[in-house]
Amino acid sequence: MRGQVFAIALVIVSGVSTYVMLISVMDSLNLTRDKFYKDYGFAEVFASLKRAPEILKNRIDEIPGVDQIETRVAANVKLDIKGFPEPVTARLVSVPDVGSPLLNRLYIRRGRMVDPWKDNEVVVSEAFAEAHRFKPGDSFGAVINSKWKTLVIVGIALSPEFVLQARPGAISPDYKRYAILWMGRNAMGTAYDMKGAFNDVALTISDDARLNDVLIQLDSLIDHYGGLGSYGRKDQISHRFLSEEFKQLQRSAEIFPSIFIAVAAFLLNVVISRTISLQREQIATLKAFGYSNRVIGIHYIKMVLLIVLIGIAGGIAVGVWLGKGLGKIYMEFYRFPYLIYDLRPSVVTTAAFITIGAALAGTIHSVWKASMLPPAEAMQPETPARYRKTIIERIGLGPLLSQPTRIIIRNIGRRPIKSLLTITGISLSCAIMIAGTFSRDAVDFMINVQFRLSQKEDMTVTFVEPTSKKAVYELKGLAGVEHAEVFRSVPARLRFGHRSYRTSIHGIEPDSNLHFLLDMNLKPIHLPPDGIVLTDYLSTILGIRPGDMLTVEVLEGKRPIRQMPVIGLIKQYIGLQGYMDLSALNRLLREGNAISGAYLSVDSLYQHEIYRRLIDMPRVVGTVVRKDEIRNFYETQAEALLFFTFVATILAGTIAFGVVYNSARIALAERSRELASLRVLGYTRAEISYILLGELGLLTLAAIPLGFILGRALCTYIAIALSSDLFRIPASVEPATYSLAATVVVVSACVSGLIVRHRLDRLDLVAALKTRE
Amino acid sequence: MNGHMTEVQAEDIVFNVKGLTKVYQMGEVKVHALRGVDMEIYSRELIVMLGPSGSGKSTLLNIIGGLDTATSGQVIYRGKDITKATEQELTEYRRFHVGFVFQFYNLIPSLTARENVAVVTDIAKRPMKPEDALAIVGLGERLDHFPSQLSGGEQQRVAIARAISKNPEVLLCDEPTGALDSATGIVVLEALERVNRELGTTTVVITHNVDIAGMADRVVHLSNGLISEITRNIVKKPPGQLRW
Ligand SMILES: Nc1ncnc2c1ncn2[C@@H]1O[C@H](COP(=O)(O)OP(=O)(O)OP(=O)(O)O)[C@@H](O)[C@H]1O
Ligand SMILES: [Mg+2]
Repeated sequence: MRGQVFAIALVIVSGVSTYVMLISVMDSLNLTRDKFYKDYGFAEVFASLKRAPEILKNRIDEIPGVDQIETRVAANVKLDIKGFPEPVTARLVSVPDVGSPLLNRLYIRRGRMVDPWKDNEVVVSEAFAEAHRFKPGDSFGAVINSKWKTLVIVGIALSPEFVLQARPGAISPDYKRYAILWMGRNAMGTAYDMKGAFNDVALTISDDARLNDVLIQLDSLIDHYGGLGSYGRKDQISHRFLSEEFKQLQRSAEIFPSIFIAVAAFLLNVVISRTISLQREQIATLKAFGYSNRVIGIHYIKMVLLIVLIGIAGGIAVGVWLGKGLGKIYMEFYRFPYLIYDLRPSVVTTAAFITIGAALAGTIHSVWKASMLPPAEAMQPETPARYRKTIIERIGLGPLLSQPTRIIIRNIGRRPIKSLLTITGISLSCAIMIAGTFSRDAVDFMINVQFRLSQKEDMTVTFVEPTSKKAVYELKGLAGVEHAEVFRSVPARLRFGHRSYRTSIHGIEPDSNLHFLLDMNLKPIHLPPDGIVLTDYLSTILGIRPGDMLTVEVLEGKRPIRQMPVIGLIKQYIGLQGYMDLSALNRLLREGNAISGAYLSVDSLYQHEIYRRLIDMPRVVGTVVRKDEIRNFYETQAEALLFFTFVATILAGTIAFGVVYNSARIALAERSRELASLRVLGYTRAEISYILLGELGLLTLAAIPLGFILGRALCTYIAIALSSDLFRIPASVEPATYSLAATVVVVSACVSGLIVRHRLDRLDLVAALKTRE
Repeated sequence: MNGHMTEVQAEDIVFNVKGLTKVYQMGEVKVHALRGVDMEIYSRELIVMLGPSGSGKSTLLNIIGGLDTATSGQVIYRGKDITKATEQELTEYRRFHVGFVFQFYNLIPSLTARENVAVVTDIAKRPMKPEDALAIVGLGERLDHFPSQLSGGEQQRVAIARAISKNPEVLLCDEPTGALDSATGIVVLEALERVNRELGTTTVVITHNVDIAGMADRVVHLSNGLISEITRNIVKKPPGQLRW
């Protein structure tokens, strides 16, 4: 019994600890976030514009519901870091010259705030400083409004606005190649010709204000100043990512622990029914002595509760430990000044309540039957098991079977439901393993689609502002540039019926060799000269279908509003976008042949030289290198992936072990007499092990394909549940993931098999002969 | 005893048991199950072992059958001391040389009568056909019945068929009629007697039932872990004439 109690407790530990880990991390991040937001004045409304006089602030202030306002100057800059030859870009944000910012205040980790009158001082974001091992006093070069300048780091800081520090449009945070810099408002005003003006505003609103009303009124004010559309927290990128993460944690906390608890309930059911049937006579005797049904029932309930409580206690301890580990990993992505680890008592009680409930639900029937058993009947041995020839034999394969094999299949056939449940239990462990590790495949798939099938350019170069198409000749002229194609990108609000979505429209060359649009089967499509093509998920959000007319509101320049047909949908896993033929987009914008940037394919030998030249080009505001982006993506994910693979392996292992070990122990208890008899007849240890373990082996093997199917279904469910406009996870599972899952299951089954085999070797032959069954 | 006879049969000694003791250690207490048993078992003979409960009959039989280990002494089977045999050798010994019949039959519940016999014939060196073995015990008609569909006596006869089907050198039976009524018991004993007579299988039968002793060549009386007496039946009674 002890081994079985341990195995079941282990499964409960896994379930409870997963739950505690995920929920406590979510709560901790939530609590930390809320505290950080509150203490450091995270804004509630954000907007960017081209340029507005500072007095517009007063008009904004008059919007009903607006509480605090912070106007700022913000710009994207190129950095030039000694010893780091790859392109680095930064978001440069102003801080007030007097006092600290009203909103989005900085948490200064080291050093100090900038001196407002020095135009070469910056505070840098912590993640970036860490990635480059910068400390206050270090310096690096930057191209600020076309002028090369040396900036001195005076402080290292964190901001509620950049908890997740990712370049807009990037697939993952990149601390080496993307930075947040803060500089005095005066210095920035001078550099960007923004004296007495601003191009970025952040607000808080009063509790009773309606966000949408504020957004509408704010937009109408900033429209004349090149406003790009205001948005609330829920669309703020750093906040968005955090919220998605919470969603993911919440979903995982629902899916995985439920599976464990179900398996634990099943195992408890098996063990308790078995124990009760072994103790029939004792029950009868106790009853004959006048013990009540209730007392008998409570005795078994206590046994269940004991196992469950051991599991819950262990689960909470392990969950807290894992939760802290996971919290640390999250702190790499989400930059908070500190992490407040929070385990709410309600999490513990919920876990305990659900587990106990499931355990009782799984066992109450057997316990009830036992307690209602009339003493006289309980004294009788249970009716002998009935065996029949199995289907395999009835279809004529009988003569092919050896007697031991026949024993195996008849035993499976005698209790088909129990065998099926065992198979299901084992297959769930396989499914958990697949669902816990498929993210690597999903990520590979996404990367492959995004960067190998769709965006084949080596480099993307962005200009400061829309530029004449001629600018591309300068790029084409660089040594090592093999091919260049131009693109135009404009922010726009897309509307269909009452739904709308703010994104950007990409105009690309129709017969591009670098940038491909993929249909649902990931085959490149030809971009027609008119109309717009949407990411499939965007069409779902808007409820629009090809052929429908989409309203496009451009949020730049002359801000045209136009209707155009959706002529196709494309598959994209990251982000949501509209695509148009470049000249059609230029026509829509009534701007001649302006471009926003170019895609380049380059000779890798010249790469570093090209970066250097791009830094010097005043027009170029940023460069993204595909290879760096992919590499960085894997680097940032690596630790988390490893952690989840580790956890999934342990969890899957415990389920497989728990189920197989329990079945093996029960089979051993039920059959030890039969197996001892076979030993007496001259069967070897190996031969009788085959009978016992062969059955489990067969069930395990049968469970693996089922596990593959369940795992695949679970992946699909997770993928659907977690898809958002930020990214859609493809439910892609590679053979390697399947085989890893199968391996974990088989190894766990073998380990439990070996433990049982050890017991088989010590079977007492004489004892088996002394007793009637 | 007459020395002449011992001379003649010396060639045909199957077992030679010398100074066999078995002590069970029960915590502080030592239980002496066998206190130095000496005996010989000859080829083709049928021995009935009698003795009060706890006298050590099963212990002796189990050690002879290679199911249990001795504390001291020897059991020489065909020149080899099985008390010194390894686990593997013992398995082989049971597999090829000994047939067992027990009080509680010890059939495999998931297999039919025929298959229960096949369990043994599948691994034996020169087995009978399971059907033939079952015919010998008079169960040629019940081949495809599961143990749960057979009466106690029928089950025991399946067990005998299983035991003899490998053509063993010795047949060891521990209270084969212990769980049966007398009429059924006699059918079972007839089967054993027939095997002993027709196949010449050396047979040892443990029983509490003094009446059964009538069918033996020799009767070994055990008491308190020692052989108290060995008697020889001048005239063997066929089991059909036994009454109890
Ligand atoms: N596994 C054991 N542990 C301890 N003592 C044992 C064990 N097996 C047998 N004994 C003791 O050894 C002695 C001989 O037992 P054995 O089973 O050989 O008797 P038996 O003559 O077969 O009795 P019965 O006629 O009741 O079957 C008894 O006193 C018994 O209690
Ligand atoms: Mg006995």
